[in-house]
Amino acid sequence: MSQISINDLAEIQQRSQQAQALRHGQTGVGTQRMHLLICGGTGCQAAGSIAVMNALRAEIAKQGLEEEIAVVETGCNGFCALGPVMVTYPEGIFYVNLEETDVAELVESHCKNGEPVERLLYKDPGTKKRIPHMRDIPFFALQRLIALKNRSMLDAESIDEYIGQGGYQGMAKALKEMSPEQIVAEVKKSGLRGRGGAGFPTGLKWEFCQKAAGDTKFVLCNADEGDPGAFMDRSILEADPHAVVEGMVIAAKAIGSHHGYVYCRAEYPLAVHRLQLAIDQAKEYGLLGEDILGTGFSFDLQIYQGAGAFVCGEETALMRSIEGKRGMPRPRPPFPAQAGLWNKPTILNNVETWANIPQIISNGGDWYAAIGTEGSKGTKVFALTGHINNIGLVEVPMGTPLRTIIYEIGEGIPKKHRKFKAVQLGGPSGGCIPEEHLDTICDYEAIVKAGAIMGSGGMIVMDDSTCMVDMARFFMDFVQDESCGKCTPCREGTRRMLQILEKITEGKGVPEDIDTLEELAEMIQQASLCGLGQTGPNPVLSTLRYFRDEYMAHVVDKKCPARSCVALLEFKVDVDKCKMCGLCFKNCPVDAISWKKKEPAVIDLDKCIKCKTCIENCKYDAIY
Amino acid sequence: MSLAYDLTQVSMPEDITPEMLTRIDEICAAHRGKPGALIPVLQKCQEVVGYLPVPVQERIADKLGVPGHEVYGVTTFYSFFSMEPRGRHVIRVCMGTACYVRGGKEVLERLERHLNTPVDTTTEDRRFTLEQVRCLGACGVAPVVVVDQDTHRKVMADKIVDLVENYE
Repeated sequence: MSQISINDLAEIQQRSQQAQALRHGQTGVGTQRMHLLICGGTGCQAAGSIAVMNALRAEIAKQGLEEEIAVVETGCNGFCALGPVMVTYPEGIFYVNLEETDVAELVESHCKNGEPVERLLYKDPGTKKRIPHMRDIPFFALQRLIALKNRSMLDAESIDEYIGQGGYQGMAKALKEMSPEQIVAEVKKSGLRGRGGAGFPTGLKWEFCQKAAGDTKFVLCNADEGDPGAFMDRSILEADPHAVVEGMVIAAKAIGSHHGYVYCRAEYPLAVHRLQLAIDQAKEYGLLGEDILGTGFSFDLQIYQGAGAFVCGEETALMRSIEGKRGMPRPRPPFPAQAGLWNKPTILNNVETWANIPQIISNGGDWYAAIGTEGSKGTKVFALTGHINNIGLVEVPMGTPLRTIIYEIGEGIPKKHRKFKAVQLGGPSGGCIPEEHLDTICDYEAIVKAGAIMGSGGMIVMDDSTCMVDMARFFMDFVQDESCGKCTPCREGTRRMLQILEKITEGKGVPEDIDTLEELAEMIQQASLCGLGQTGPNPVLSTLRYFRDEYMAHVVDKKCPARSCVALLEFKVDVDKCKMCGLCFKNCPVDAISWKKKEPAVIDLDKCIKCKTCIENCKYDAIY
Repeated sequence: MSLAYDLTQVSMPEDITPEMLTRIDEICAAHRGKPGALIPVLQKCQEVVGYLPVPVQERIADKLGVPGHEVYGVTTFYSFFSMEPRGRHVIRVCMGTACYVRGGKEVLERLERHLNTPVDTTTEDRRFTLEQVRCLGACGVAPVVVVDQDTHRKVMADKIVDLVENYE
């Protein structure tokens, strides 16, 4: 198809909207009576969703139902832990943990007889009841979708389906009806702040770049989602890549740029594939390239694949990397809005930020600003993982308390004998929030006050089997390893901090080590060149703030209260606590445990390899 | 003795065929003179050869017309580039936070013991390269292990040995 006009866009939208009517509960439009949307995101693919989808298509063809029933592969649904997942429309029934062997029954019962297959429905971890409709499952019911609007709704590889959901309307409006100043004003009005971590007001950033002198400017997307435990950007790119493309074209008009890059990490092959497909389709329709929608505006977009370096998530390092160099940050100012990529004025936003832009332009800044708190507007996507029942992507209005996310959407801690200990926010730059601060709301400033940061939205829940000193060591190991080495405080300081933490977890710590940690932390925060070093000590400081007792137990009593640090464990059975269940005996990989019914277990320390399998399996904390 | 002098003494490893070198030359020719080309060139060349030993880097520097130290600097900076030959199968254990708290560390330790090789090395028979990675974004199905192109989810330590033994 050659370049399309605004009228063509409206026509495609109408046609595609009709084709998707079933997914909005409208029946009787068109010939199809059922849509089966199966998740093809990274998590579900790892669980075999493609094989299930192929089997479904084959079975439907075998039964001669192709005309009536469509099988659609969507991007990431967000509820990855229960994959492969599938939503059926018009009913909105949610199936989980599908296997190829379930397909015949599904088609016979659900598709032909209209009887949902009970055993494949979602089971509530609390009430143990099956919940058929996606909208009734607490995990979904309490969310408010903007950035994830199209999840489980469309074929991520079809531009027509995106257009059918109102896609590219924001861009058409921006290009046809709005001046660059009006676009910036609308984004400023929305109150949107950068979703990559720092929370800088997006509209303000655009305004700086708009006012910067120069004919050549760049629009960049940061898809180098390096924060371990965060996967919303991967999910958005896999499920709704056109939203990012559309957002970037709108910004390009606002600042007068004609070229953009998406810097995507190489660890996300499926995201790169879907995004490339989206760019190609958009070019084919003339929604990227020369004279977009006949408005005379031109913008070209390409993907630049990273090569594995966490520091490239820092804006100046990212630009260096696109220039083909070692991805090392440089001092600011000048800020990228004045001198960024190739020293030209540049704006960089992350994937989630971009995905909000089309709807802000379509619906207006006031619409977006009506959601959220005084200082934090709109919604935020969190990747809820760790020791939690419902693992997945959660998009909630700003202002939602952390407790609601963890206990209502996430439905709490899975192991009954374990208790909530802390939630980690902001990855290596963030911190842990303990039980007593769980009523903290999602708000940039409130979370900082509680000792963490909003970050890109990684939210890792930890139960009491997690050692906070080891957690701090884990993040320090990360920061130390990913430090680019340019500035001394970060390069050397993080290494010293790691050495001390390793010493403590190995049981060789002394009380003075804790003072040294605090001193080093302050120095690194103040003297490092970029955000990586400036925030790197945060996980240590936040765990010291809330879990100092645990540090003291390691250095003074030489005990790890969470029974996680191997060097501080004796691998002995506490006969008073042992309930003689034999679970340790059954799970030991090296047969180092002897046990008989009604007798406490005994661990043979000569055979024991200290793998902790017994400790993980013991429900009574009887092994120390 | 300067490093530069030292490097010129290294000859092309035997496992690098003339066809591979021709392919490298073609890749470089297509990118020569283009700004920011070095990283994509190294990615493509590593796909061809499997790794980027110093003689290959020198060839790339020569064909692209950039200083050798720049190629070396970029190669050693990014974790996706390897200067050592890799195993037939690459095992990547995710060490992101979600995988870590759900048992990723134990998986890695079990593999190190089973393969008798520390992380970031290759077994002597070149069957496996064992690596750790910083979050694959599949936190919903943690702990995750990727062998070659296959993503395995919810891999606990007691399952990992059987899993990798399936790869000859």
